[in-house]
Amino acid sequence: MLSLMTARDGNGLLSRRHFVAGGAGLLVATPAALAGLDLPPGMTRPGGGFGVYGQPSPHEKHTARAIAANRDLPGNGVSWTPLQDLEGIITPSGLHFERHHGGVPAIDPAQHRLGLHGRVGKPLTWTVAELLRYPRVTRQLFIECGGNSNSLWNAEPRQTSAGAMHGLASCSEWTGVPLRLLLEEAGAEKGATWLIAEGADAGGLHLSIPMKKAMDDCMLALWQNGERLRPEQGYPMRLVVPGWEGVTHVKWLHRLELASEPAMSRFETGRYTDLLPSGKARQFSFVIEPKSVITSPSPGQLLRDKGVYQISGLAWSGRGAVKKVEVSADGGKTWVQAALDGPVQRQCFTRFRIAWQWRGQAALLKSRVTDDTGASQPERSALVAERGRHGEFQFNGIVCWAVDEDGEVSHVYA
Amino acid sequence: MCMRRLALAGALALTTVAYAADLGRELPHTPLGKPLTAANVPTIWPDGRGLPAGQGGVVAGERLYAERCQSCHGERGTGGSGGHLAGRSALAGPNPDRTVANYWPYAATVFDYIRRAMPPAAPWSLTADETYALTAYVLHLGGVVPADAVLDARSLVAVRMPNRDGFVPSSEAREAGVR
Repeated sequence: MLSLMTARDGNGLLSRRHFVAGGAGLLVATPAALAGLDLPPGMTRPGGGFGVYGQPSPHEKHTARAIAANRDLPGNGVSWTPLQDLEGIITPSGLHFERHHGGVPAIDPAQHRLGLHGRVGKPLTWTVAELLRYPRVTRQLFIECGGNSNSLWNAEPRQTSAGAMHGLASCSEWTGVPLRLLLEEAGAEKGATWLIAEGADAGGLHLSIPMKKAMDDCMLALWQNGERLRPEQGYPMRLVVPGWEGVTHVKWLHRLELASEPAMSRFETGRYTDLLPSGKARQFSFVIEPKSVITSPSPGQLLRDKGVYQISGLAWSGRGAVKKVEVSADGGKTWVQAALDGPVQRQCFTRFRIAWQWRGQAALLKSRVTDDTGASQPERSALVAERGRHGEFQFNGIVCWAVDEDGEVSHVYA
Repeated sequence: MCMRRLALAGALALTTVAYAADLGRELPHTPLGKPLTAANVPTIWPDGRGLPAGQGGVVAGERLYAERCQSCHGERGTGGSGGHLAGRSALAGPNPDRTVANYWPYAATVFDYIRRAMPPAAPWSLTADETYALTAYVLHLGGVVPADAVLDARSLVAVRMPNRDGFVPSSEAREAGVR
């Protein structure tokens, strides 16, 4: 039956057209015959009771964030979303990546205030309760740390899971107040071209954002995936800056200041600037460029049997919506367009899928996204040739997984 | 009002994914902001606005550094869990040092960051004098100010950082006036 759908594309990739041609022959119905009353054990005794807040199955404990933190300051570090263990586009709130510079503050919402001052007609302050009475908007949006995938600037490919390499990117449904409403209420002055946003964490991370973006689509987020923000995501409120580098999405937001220039804070000068081979550095490189990664199969996973596998991955772009994702199984010699889960949304994770027939051969799996502005992912070699290897931030090169004859998946530069 | 709502509904129906941010403006609400008398954290700007009164020098900074900073940043800024502070290897070379002295464009940012974030176990615990002193010492480690330097608001912003012109702003930043 499988011979009906012998791959006609590079190294076993099966485009949807082939399913239509050969699909009927694939349906092999093998209903399991029950021997007597061999019932699943759960059917013969009452199950557990209710819980006030549901938790994942104890069999899914491996679906967890990997953590790397400073030994002298445990709150300074990162935790990566386990992209390889997740499906769809929404990251469960408890698995959203974290990047904290001074730990997670414990904030009592009754004591928290948001202040707005600087180049405004009337400086204002709000309580959380007051902000909860403002109109709300909801959007599904990715957030990606500018330092995500930074090990791919290294000379040698790091061997770890897809999540521990590319999981400083997550996607949630964010709900909150359009920032514009608050800026308009305070009466932004004409010369106010920048917004300084500051968190109430240790170190008071502050960042400067052009006013145009702040007025366009920024959100004061209070909810994530239907519930109030988790402490590690900025409770009680954070800034959401659609499509822009994660560090701009200031958590534990407590102060906004309008100005005619950026603050030139540590996090927009000494850090989160991208050093080029010339010795100059790109600054305020806000927009996340188009990027994709295959999450299954991915390093650490094993193809146990020959046959058809469902390749699945994530694509996103801060510039707009994903237009197409192409997948290669031969290291980029030939490409086949993958299917996209809909609806495809702007500045949001998009799940792509393609079937692949593995006959036990060595393969090099790659994905390449193109967004609706026409921008696409460069090969890693091209990105490194342009940016050098000391940029640290904003890696969006094509990622390559090698599958060997034993079905083991590893990370390679190819 | 009805006509306006119908027009809005029609406009949204035409787009496949409604641009949600536009919706917020249409929903009526009561402005609830209360007057803010003073911001609790003053921004320190690259030209020195916001810097407090006070002063401190390299000598006092060296003493403070040994007590408060060295366990993470190493002797004379040579590094530890908190990263090294003193390296001056060329930014265009094979092992560029993105240290304060070698990379940061503004001296005022150094004062601001030390005051709000250092030492990590007790941010905002340093006095203005202590912060000026530590700023002077860190800049001295990188060879930016001499061993007898004493800094205050005026002399700090007079320090020209070696990499002051090392940054290329994005188109979004240029559009907002950054050159």
